[in-house]
Amino acid sequence: MATEAPAARVVVRGGAPRRRGRGTRSSENLAGWLFVAPVVAILGLFLLLPILMALWVSLTDWNGQGSPFTRNVPFVGVENYTRLFAEDGLARRDLMTSLRNNIYYVGIVVPAQTILALGLALVVNNRMLKGKGFFRSAFYFPSVTSSVAISVVFLFLFANSGAVNKLLSLFGVAGPQWFADSRGVLHLLLGALGVDDPPAALTGGGPFGLSWWEWLSGPSVAMVSIITLVVWTTSGTFMLMFLAALQNVPVTLDEASTLDGAGRWQRLRYVTLPMIRPTMFLVVTLGLIGSWQVFDQVYVMSQGDPAKTTLTPAYLSYRTAFREFDYGSGAAISFVLFLIIIVLTLIQRRVMADRDPVARRRGRWRRRVPEGS
Amino acid sequence: MAVLTDRPPVAAKPARRRRARRSLVSRVLGYATLIFFGLVFLYPFVIQLGNSFKTEPDAAANPLSPIPDPLTLAGFERIFAGTNFPLWLGNSLLVTVLVTVGRVFFDSLAGYALARLRFRGRSWLFAMVVAVMAVPPVVLLIPKFLVLNQLGIYNSYSGLIVPLLADAAGVFIMKQFFESIPVSVEEAARIDGASVFRTFWSVVLPMAKPALITLTILSFQGSWNEFPHSLVAVQDPDLFTLPRGLADLVSGSLGKGSQYPLKLGAALLATIPVAIIFVVFQRYFVRDANDGSDKG
Repeated sequence: MATEAPAARVVVRGGAPRRRGRGTRSSENLAGWLFVAPVVAILGLFLLLPILMALWVSLTDWNGQGSPFTRNVPFVGVENYTRLFAEDGLARRDLMTSLRNNIYYVGIVVPAQTILALGLALVVNNRMLKGKGFFRSAFYFPSVTSSVAISVVFLFLFANSGAVNKLLSLFGVAGPQWFADSRGVLHLLLGALGVDDPPAALTGGGPFGLSWWEWLSGPSVAMVSIITLVVWTTSGTFMLMFLAALQNVPVTLDEASTLDGAGRWQRLRYVTLPMIRPTMFLVVTLGLIGSWQVFDQVYVMSQGDPAKTTLTPAYLSYRTAFREFDYGSGAAISFVLFLIIIVLTLIQRRVMADRDPVARRRGRWRRRVPEGS
Repeated sequence: MAVLTDRPPVAAKPARRRRARRSLVSRVLGYATLIFFGLVFLYPFVIQLGNSFKTEPDAAANPLSPIPDPLTLAGFERIFAGTNFPLWLGNSLLVTVLVTVGRVFFDSLAGYALARLRFRGRSWLFAMVVAVMAVPPVVLLIPKFLVLNQLGIYNSYSGLIVPLLADAAGVFIMKQFFESIPVSVEEAARIDGASVFRTFWSVVLPMAKPALITLTILSFQGSWNEFPHSLVAVQDPDLFTLPRGLADLVSGSLGKGSQYPLKLGAALLATIPVAIIFVVFQRYFVRDANDGSDKG
C-alpha cells in the first residue's frame, strides 16, 4: 500500500493529496488564500483599518465635514487625550462621571449576575427536580432577545406608574420615579443614616475634577433600573456556563462528601466551588469585559440622563462624536475604553492559557457568547 | 427530642429519615425557587404581551395585569398605520437574510482553510482572528462610521450589510468543527481528483451540518438584533432596521407621550422571530453557550 500510493499520486493531477510535490503546495497556498480572502477583506476593511483611522482622528479636531484625511483638518496631537485627563473642564468631568457610573455599574452587575447565574445553575442541576429543561430555557430566553426590544419592555416596567412601582405599592413602598431620579444610592443610604449634607472634607476636592462626595455617590436610582435589566438578561447565559461545569463534577464526589457528613453549604464551599473555579473565573472576567460595553440600554432607556448619572464611556464617546460633532474627542474616549477592555481581556487570556489545553480551548470557545452590552 | 430518646439508639435509622425529610424539603425549596425565578424571567414578557392589547389608560392603571380590559388592537393598528414599522421589517429581513447567507458561506470557507489547507501565513491569520474576537464592538462605533464615510457607502444598504458579512467568532466555530471531521474522507475525495473547492463544497460541508445550523441561527439572531452598527451606518429613516426604528420610536422624534401599548406591541413583533427560532432550535442555542462543536 505504502509503495503504491506515490505512483497513484503521479497520475492524479490537480486534486493530488496535499503535502507532496511543489505544484500541489503552491496550489494549496493559493486555494487557502482564496478561501480566506472574503473574511480577510471584510475584517480588514471594517475592523482593523477603521481602528487605525480612528486613532488618527483622535489626534485631530475633525468636525465631521468632508474627509478627516485631508490637510485642512487641524492636527492637535494628544490634546484630545490630555483634555480628558489633565485639564480641568467639561470633557474631563464628563469622562470621569461616566467612569464613576460604569465602575458602580460593574461593581453591582458582575457580582449580582455571577451569584444569580450560579444559584440558578445549582437549582437547575438538581437531579431530583423535574421540568428543569423548561426552566433552563426560560432563564436563558432573555439573553437571546433584542437588547432594544427588552429595553422598551423595561422602560414600561420601570415607568412612574409601571409594573415595578405597582408591585412595590402592594408592599406599601412608594417607588421612585426611576428614570428621573439622579440621586445616588450611597447618598440615599447615608441620608437614611442622617447624613444629609456632605461633610466638608468630601466636597472640597477630589481626584480628576470630581469631589470625593461625587465619586462616592453610588449608582443613581436610574442606573439601578438599567442594572436590573442587564442582570436579568445576562444571567441566563452565564447560568448555562455554570451548568456545563456542574455537569462535569463527578456525582460520586458529591455523594462521598454527603456520606462524610458534609452539609449543603459545606459541599458547595469545599467540593463544588473548587471544582468549577475555572468557570467561575471565566464568568467573572467575561462579565467584567461585557459590562464595560453597556451601550444599547443606555441609548434606549436614558440617553445618559438624568443629570449624566447613566452616562457610560461607550455612550459618552457616541454622544461626543455624533451629537456634538467632536469626533476627535469621541475617538479618544473610545480608545480609553478600548484600553480598559483590552487589559481585562489580556488578564483573562493569560490566566486561561495557564490552564490545561482543554480548559483553554473551552475558554476561547465561550468567549464569544453575547456580552453584557 | 423525646421521640429520639424513645427510639432504640440505632444511628442509621434516624439519619436516613432525616436525610429523606431533608431531601423532601430541598425538593420543595427547589421547585419554589424554580417557579419564583421562572416568573421573574418570563412575567415581563407576559406583561408585554398583555399590555400591547390594552388601551392606554388601562395600561397606565393596571400595568401588572396580563389581561387587557377592554381588549383592543388599536396599538397594533397604529404600529402599521402610524409608524414606518413595515419598512423597518422589510429592511431587517433583507439585512438578516443577506448577512446570514454571507456569514455562513464566508465563515465556512475561511474556517475550512484555517483548519485544513496549508498556506503561508495560516497560523498568523488564525492568531489575528482570535485577536479580532477580543475587539469590543462598542469601541468600533466611530471607527466604522469613519470607514463607511470614507468609502462613500455611509447611509446605504451596502453600508448596512457588507461590514457584517463575516465575523471572527463564526470563523472560529467553523474551524473548530472542521478540525473534528476525520481527514480520511477528504483525502479519498482528493485522490479521486476533486478540486479543493469541490471537496469542500460536496464532501466536507454536508458533514458540517450541525455547525452550519448553529452558525445560521447565531447569525440570524445576531443580525436581527443588531443595533449599534445600524446606528452608525445609516441616518436615513428609510434605511432603518427594526431595532433602529424601535429605538427611534422610544427615544427619538416619535417618542412623544407614553403610548406604551404601541411601543410594547412593536417590541413584541420584533421579538417574535427570534423567539420562534429559539423554541424550535433551542438545543443549538444551548450547545453554543455550553460546549459548541465539542459534541459535534
